[in-house]
Amino acid sequence: MLVSLFPFYWLVVLASGTTQDIYRYPPKLLPGPHLLDNMGRVLDTVDFFGSLFNTVVVAVLGTVLVLFFDSLAAFAFAKYEFPAKKFLFGMLLVTYMIPAQLSLVPQFVTMAEFGWAGSLKALIIPSAANAFGIFWMRQYAQNSLPDELLDAGRIDGAGFFRLYWTVALPLFRPALAFLGIFTFIGLWNDYIWPLVVMIDPDEVTLQVALANLNVLYNTDYSLVMAGALMSVIPLILVFLIGARHFLRDLAAGAMKM
Amino acid sequence: MLFAVFGAFPIVFSVYLSFQDWDGIGDMRFVGFKQYGWLLQDSVFWHSVLNTFEIWFLSTVPMLFLALVLAFLLHSQVRFTGVYRVAYFIPNVTSMVAMTVVFGSVFAQAGLANAVLRAIGVDGIGWLSSEWGIKSSVSLMIIWRWVGYNALIFLAGLQAIPTEHFEAARVDGANSRQTLFRVVLPQLRPVVLFAAVTSTINGLQIFTESQVLFQSTDVGTTGGPGQEGMTIVLYLWQKAFKEHQFGYGAAMGWVLFAIIAIFTVINWRLVAGSDDDRRPGIAGLLRRKGARHGR
Repeated sequence: MLVSLFPFYWLVVLASGTTQDIYRYPPKLLPGPHLLDNMGRVLDTVDFFGSLFNTVVVAVLGTVLVLFFDSLAAFAFAKYEFPAKKFLFGMLLVTYMIPAQLSLVPQFVTMAEFGWAGSLKALIIPSAANAFGIFWMRQYAQNSLPDELLDAGRIDGAGFFRLYWTVALPLFRPALAFLGIFTFIGLWNDYIWPLVVMIDPDEVTLQVALANLNVLYNTDYSLVMAGALMSVIPLILVFLIGARHFLRDLAAGAMKM
Repeated sequence: MLFAVFGAFPIVFSVYLSFQDWDGIGDMRFVGFKQYGWLLQDSVFWHSVLNTFEIWFLSTVPMLFLALVLAFLLHSQVRFTGVYRVAYFIPNVTSMVAMTVVFGSVFAQAGLANAVLRAIGVDGIGWLSSEWGIKSSVSLMIIWRWVGYNALIFLAGLQAIPTEHFEAARVDGANSRQTLFRVVLPQLRPVVLFAAVTSTINGLQIFTESQVLFQSTDVGTTGGPGQEGMTIVLYLWQKAFKEHQFGYGAAMGWVLFAIIAIFTVINWRLVAGSDDDRRPGIAGLLRRKGARHGR
């Protein structure tokens, strides 16, 4: 547990000291007084709030879209019969097993053709339906959504979309919570895709901004560390809020595999 | 529909691209399988494959072992509150870029790792400049990131084993090692399989650690001194997006996929395909080893 948390402590130590402190022997092991100072310098150097805003937009919109599309598709896969259902689900499983890096190049070319390269759309739209989420939600839908409820809804004259919205979605809530946190964290931390597709250096996400800061100011450790600390804090807060749900379902999910 | 456009289409398109020679601006030139041929003759590519395997091995094996021991210890403790769980899991959700920056300073020549070594009277190591230093630092980062995650997964598996089994083992006079090998591991097999498969898939796609760590050093190429930190995905990225050889990058993506597929199957067979002790497999080996210790 100490090992697991130590790097965070060390990050705070580095971010609150001066760059000279970092090269001192023996090293300073306690936080110094320069934290706000260093954070101020980060704000002066890079457009922190701009990239924070981009990251928040991508993570929030992306998560909402994933929850919507994945649960809709999962609902259809779990409870409806339609042409080529088996084939489509097979395709889904195949793409689930293919590494994301395989589609890095074609995805980028597609985005460039659409004229989306460099815009936040390129970060949000392609991730809006993912195989893992559909697969996970479908498992959940099969177990937790009784057919009788749907039949009752049909007798009341509800169509596909109303059944989804009023009957299925409320029952999906625990699974949605897990998938939501999972997706949010993934989108927030994603590095390689924004690095590749955000071709305008002024419009980047937090991760790319931090990596750039690390390159441009690699001699100014305390500045880079303060930037790292600032980029990590928002996500840790989100995680701490949702942690209980997330950890329980994660373990349960692994058990089902 | 959306899924078809952004999920399935890139895969088909990727096959097409891998048969082309294209810099992203000019015309495509159909070259058939030549990209794959060039790839197989590319010594940097083979170096990146070797590096990836070495880092994967250095990180995954100790990590899964530590996670198992950790889970076993946690399981025998009655009190294991949510705070601990969060602490174990938090490395896994924190941004890799930020933590790589932190580890980069720890492993720097005048960084914390060498300061600790100096304090106990050992000479500093070129963590980020020597071949095995580079591989160890990247592996340590991966271990730190995943050990708690896998320990929690293993713990969930342990908790699903009925308590009667532990009691029966105790009544029979089994010590904790015997309990681990003969009661716990056989029942944990599906969970170990899950952990081994995910670790392999993740381990063969290492990118961020190497990319961020050596982005700033001035050795001319990505991947650090001697390109010892060059991984498959890092090389893919460099070729496709720094040198604009899209066809080459796409071809590399397929080779990566093939490697991952082969490894997944091997993992599967090792862990799941050992239902009896005659067929060799990790679980079978461990069980036999446990039996030998038991006598």
